[in-house]
Amino acid sequence: MIEADSISFRYHEDWVLKEISFRVERGEFVGVIGPNGSGKTTLLKILYRLLSPQKGEIFFERIPMKKMDRTDIAKKIAVVAQETQILFPFSVLETVLMGRSPYIGHFMFESEKDLEISKRAMGWTNILPFSERSIDELSGGERKRVFIARALSQEPEVILLDEPTANLDIHHQMDFLNLILTLNRERGLTIVMASHDMNLASEFCDRLILLQEGRIYKMGTPEEVITKEHIESVYGCEVWIDQNPISGMPRISLLKKGGIQR
Amino acid sequence: MKLVTAKRVLTLSILLCFLLILVILVSITIGSVNIPPFRSIRILFESLLGLKGAGSETERTIILSLRLPRAILAGFVGAGLSVSGATFQALLRNPLADPYILGVSSGAAVGAILAILLGLNAFSFGLPLASFLGALLTVLAVFYFGRQGGKIHPHTLLLAGVIIGSFLSALIMFFISVSQKEELHTIIFWLMGDFSFSNTRAILIIFPYILLGGFLLYLRSRHLNLILSGEENAIQLGVNVEKLKLVSYLSASLITAASVSVCGLIGFVGLIIPHSVRLIFGPDHRLLIPASALIGASFLIASDTFARTLLAPTELPVGVITAAFGGPFFIYLLRTRKVIKSL
Repeated sequence: MIEADSISFRYHEDWVLKEISFRVERGEFVGVIGPNGSGKTTLLKILYRLLSPQKGEIFFERIPMKKMDRTDIAKKIAVVAQETQILFPFSVLETVLMGRSPYIGHFMFESEKDLEISKRAMGWTNILPFSERSIDELSGGERKRVFIARALSQEPEVILLDEPTANLDIHHQMDFLNLILTLNRERGLTIVMASHDMNLASEFCDRLILLQEGRIYKMGTPEEVITKEHIESVYGCEVWIDQNPISGMPRISLLKKGGIQR
Repeated sequence: MKLVTAKRVLTLSILLCFLLILVILVSITIGSVNIPPFRSIRILFESLLGLKGAGSETERTIILSLRLPRAILAGFVGAGLSVSGATFQALLRNPLADPYILGVSSGAAVGAILAILLGLNAFSFGLPLASFLGALLTVLAVFYFGRQGGKIHPHTLLLAGVIIGSFLSALIMFFISVSQKEELHTIIFWLMGDFSFSNTRAILIIFPYILLGGFLLYLRSRHLNLILSGEENAIQLGVNVEKLKLVSYLSASLITAASVSVCGLIGFVGLIIPHSVRLIFGPDHRLLIPASALIGASFLIASDTFARTLLAPTELPVGVITAAFGGPFFIYLLRTRKVIKSL
C-alpha cells in the first residue's frame, strides 16, 4: 500500500533521514520507534507529504506521491497529531466535520451525507454524548477521540499517529490504543504509529521499524526488533527484556545504573 | 451551538440586513438640523423612486447629499474593518490581531499627514489617495520582509508588521511635532477617525475594494476555519495553505487600506466586532464573515450618528464613540455569552 523507496530528507545541511526503504501492507498496524531525534516525526510528515524527500520517492498504491494533489492525499491518509490546539472554541461536532473538508468542493457547506459520516465516526469513537460541547472544555483523552473521529471523517485508508499516547494516563492510553486496534482489525484501516512507548508498540503493532539517526536499524515483528542487543545499542542504556506474561510479547524493563547484576 | 448551514447563514444575513437598513433609516433622521423623521424617510424613498415631492431643497440636500452618503460610507468602512479584523485574527492565529496590527494604518497615516502638510488635502482626492498609497506601500513592505523562503510565516509577518508600524509611528510623531496649529487639528481628527469629509465619490472609490476583498475572503471562509487548528492540520485536510495565506493577507490589507484612506483610523471596530460575533454566533467563518460585515456596518453607522449629534453642532471623532460604547458592550457580552450561545 505504502512503499518508501530509498528516501532521504534534510531540513538544512544534515540529512535527517538517510536512504530509508520499507513497505506497509494494507491492513497492517506498524509502529515506528527510536530515540529522540531519530527521525520518527519527520518520517511521518513525509508519509503525508507535509515534507517532500529530496531523494527517493514514496509510492501510495504504486502512484508516486508527488503526483497526488493535497485533497487526493487527504482522502487517503489522515493524521492525528500529538496535540492540536484550535484558536477559537469550535464544538466537537464542528471539529469532527472539518474532516469532511477534502470532499467539500466549491459549495462551502457540509451535506446531510457528510453529517451522517461524521456522526458515524463519532459513534465509533464514543463521543456522540458530548457532540455539542466546546472542544476546549474536554479532557486530554476526550480530545484525542475527537481528533480520531475527525480523521475517520476523512474516510481514509491509512491513519498516521504521532505519539498518540503522550500525556495520557494508562487508562486512556489503553482506551485509545484499543480503539485504534478495533478500527484496524474490524474496519481494515492501515495504521502507522510513531511512539516512544516500546511496551505499547510491542503489544499492539504487527510490525516495528526501529530508527537510529535517520536510518532503519531493524525492521520486523516485535519479537525480532525488541531484543536486548538492539535496544541497548540504539538507545545506549541498559534494559531487561522478557515476555509479557499474558500476551507473550517482548516487554522492556528499565534498569538504573548497575541494576543488571541481580 | 447550532451548526452553520447555508440556510442559517442566509436567514441570519437577511435578518441582519434588516437591522442595517433600520440603522441607516434612524441615522438619516437625526442630526443638528431638525427634520421630522417621517419627512426624512419620505424624502429618501421618493428620491429612490425618482420623485421630488417632500421637503424643501435644503432638507433634500441634507438627507441625500450629507447624511445618506455618510451613513453608507460608515457602513462600508464598518463592514470592511470587521471582516479584515476577523481575517487577521485567523491568519496570524492571534485573538488580539486587528486590521491595523501589521502597520497598514501607520502607513496610511504617514500618507495622510504628508498630504495635509503639503496642502494636498485642498484637492478633492489628495488626502485619501495619499493615505491609500501610504497603506499600500506598507502592505508591500511588510509582505516583503514577512516571508521566509518564499512562504508567509505568521510570526515573521507579525514581527515585520509591528516593527514597520513602529518606525512609521516615529515618523508620525515627528510630523506632528513640526506641524502648525491649524494643520494639527486636521491631523489629530484624521488619526481618531472622521467621517466629516464623506461624499458619494468616496463611496465609489472604496466599495470595489471592500466588496472584492470580502468576496475573496468569503470564498475561503471554510479554509480559514481549518487554519485555526494550525497550518500542518490544514495541509493535512487538503488545504493549499500558502495560497490561503497570500489571498487572505492581501485581501484583508486592501480592505483596510481602502477603509482608512477615506476616514482615518477608526479604532476598536475591527477587534471588537469579530469577537462579539463569535460570542453570539460561534467561530465558523462561513457565518462569522457575513455577520461581522453586517453588524460592523450597523455598529459604525450608529457610532457615527452619535459622534455627530451628541455635542451638536460640534462633531466628535467617531473613534471616541466606538471605544466608549464598544468596550463596555464587549465586556457585557463576555459575561453573558452562555445565554446567547444558542441563537
